[in-house]
Amino acid sequence: MHLVPEIGEMGLLGANIEGYGCAGLSNVAYGLICQELERGDSGLRSFVSVQGSLAMHPIRSFGTEAQRLKYLPEMAAGRMIGCFGLTEPDFGSNPGGMLTKAVDDGDSYVLNGAKMWITNGTLAHVAVVWAKLDGEIRGFIVEKGDPGFSAPEMHGKHSLKASVTSELVFQDCRIPKDRILPGVKGLRGPFSCLNNARFGISWGALGAAMACYHSAVEYSKTRIQFDKPIASFQLIQMKLAWMLREITKGQLLALHAGRIKDKGELIPEQVSLAKMNNVDIALQIARTARDIHGANGILDEYPVMRHMANLESVYTYEGTHDIHNLILGRWITGIQAFT
Amino acid sequence: MKVGVLLKQVPASDTIIKINPDKTGIVTAGIKWETNPYDELALEAALQLKDAGKATGVVVLTVGAADADARVRDALSRGATEAIRVDEASVVGSDSLGTARALAAAAKAAGVELILAGKQAIDTDSAAVPAMVAELLGWPQVSVVTGLTVDGGKITAERNAGGGFIEVVSTSVPAVITCDKGLNTPRFANMKGIMAAKKIPIEVKSAADLGLSAGQVGAAGALVEESGLELPPPRPSSKIIQGATPEAKVKELVRLLRDEAKVI
Ligand SMILES: Cc1cc2nc3c(=O)[nH]c(=O)nc-3n(C[C@H](O)[C@H](O)[C@H](O)COP(=O)(O)OP(=O)(O)OC[C@H]3O[C@@H](n4cnc5c(N)ncnc54)[C@H](O)[C@@H]3O)c2cc1C
Repeated sequence: MHLVPEIGEMGLLGANIEGYGCAGLSNVAYGLICQELERGDSGLRSFVSVQGSLAMHPIRSFGTEAQRLKYLPEMAAGRMIGCFGLTEPDFGSNPGGMLTKAVDDGDSYVLNGAKMWITNGTLAHVAVVWAKLDGEIRGFIVEKGDPGFSAPEMHGKHSLKASVTSELVFQDCRIPKDRILPGVKGLRGPFSCLNNARFGISWGALGAAMACYHSAVEYSKTRIQFDKPIASFQLIQMKLAWMLREITKGQLLALHAGRIKDKGELIPEQVSLAKMNNVDIALQIARTARDIHGANGILDEYPVMRHMANLESVYTYEGTHDIHNLILGRWITGIQAFT
Repeated sequence: MKVGVLLKQVPASDTIIKINPDKTGIVTAGIKWETNPYDELALEAALQLKDAGKATGVVVLTVGAADADARVRDALSRGATEAIRVDEASVVGSDSLGTARALAAAAKAAGVELILAGKQAIDTDSAAVPAMVAELLGWPQVSVVTGLTVDGGKITAERNAGGGFIEVVSTSVPAVITCDKGLNTPRFANMKGIMAAKKIPIEVKSAADLGLSAGQVGAAGALVEESGLELPPPRPSSKIIQGATPEAKVKELVRLLRDEAKVI
């Protein structure tokens, strides 16, 4: 939390958005920011992903000019925190089935329902909430303090401990009419946000992988067993070489995705491929690094176990690993296998 | 009022300096350059004046080759609004006076009314250029400043007078001020600043462009000739006194102080 104003000052929030107090960086630069933040901790990168790609992006892309002017400069500066409410207790991989509902009631909308697993929820001053209005998914901006809205924090996580995860509860939550995002209808809205965030995650996960790799290299050079540094054993070297190989391939994938995103040519299936691959290899690298550190690997003195536990969340959120397999499968075969 | 900031790139403070074989300069290959830290204080002071609406623009003034552009760009990213680089090639061989002439001419060309500079550059430590610039322009100078307020055209500067005393100096623009540690904490460039700075051109001018004649700059205009450059002699190695007991060590120390160092 204490890092937020500083991150805002550095211009890292909504960094790839043009105008409204945002830096207007390229997508490659945005990716590098995610990589370096996640080298520290996935929770920090999650904060930045949610703020920029999931909360600011929909306001920028689907909001009115008044909404953009009201929220974006404050959010870019880190003075306003945003969250993104899509997932529900009974609808995770299948968000289209959501139950949260909005009803048109004269000069306001009334929201009812509950969201779960919402990053930044309790901290947020502004929530971009997806709910069905007349059976169609629409985006709404709910502000902290709106009547009927609460955001209790979820506890007991073994992963992403540096990130706040919350429920969002709407009980006859009444918001003014001008809080609907007019620019989008249906799942395209949230998916557009997720595609931006997933792109950043494909870079971010590599940051965590690099931290684990570097820790493993250092540790293996100094840990002596059988009178030799363990780095001198072929099995250890093979593991390190494999890590470097996978990180390098992942970087090439992310970099290429970034360059074609800058040209406006990146398709969602390519984002799925990059997110799926890079989180997967990052998790495997974290586990291998944990192994190389021996018993020390489970200690908080080394970053590997923390990254490993974090990456379990990253593997699941923003489309689980297998949901991305299904997205690619559909693209390859033309046959959907979700249902 | 436009404020000019004199900015010099210097080898990073942790550089291990090597002298070139003909002893005319240092080996620059492989050196990491950074902005002279005292100049960063000057830049920050100028940016604060701009933020407070007291300066209409902040002009970075430097003498250097194209490799100095990275430092100038960093200053623009932090919020400077213009930059003039006097091309090193047109003043090569200058002493402090030649550099000061180039910077004073650049400051005039930019139309600045206040010049802020570091109290010295951490490479040569001459602390000469800002005073010379003031003299060339006929402006007052306040040096080694740790506090600064500018109101209208009036300047109040605080100097650390030693012994815990603060000397307060008043003057008015146009003036040259040199900055010392404690004046402020320089900001970092943020992403927005980096993007905005990309659109600002760095004006590259030769001495001739600034109306200086060949005799005023370069070796021809120099009053000081550098005859050679040498590293300080290596420190004599120290001796660690061995001994079984503290008493034996002290005895040996006293013997060495008397017989070898001949100080007791
Ligand atoms: C720390 C954290 C933060 C989060 N932050 C946010 C947030 O800010 N906003 C938000 O809206 N959500 C957030 N989420 C929710 C996240 O997006 C969901 O957890 C994710 O979409 C998966 O949903 P689920 O957990 O309900 O799993 P489920 O959908 O129940 O999936 C369980 C398992 O079944 C598999 N599965 C599901 N459907 C199929 C199928 N058709 N075929 C084959 N296998 C299938 C999945 O791959 C998975 O292995 C967060 C989650 C976590 C853990």
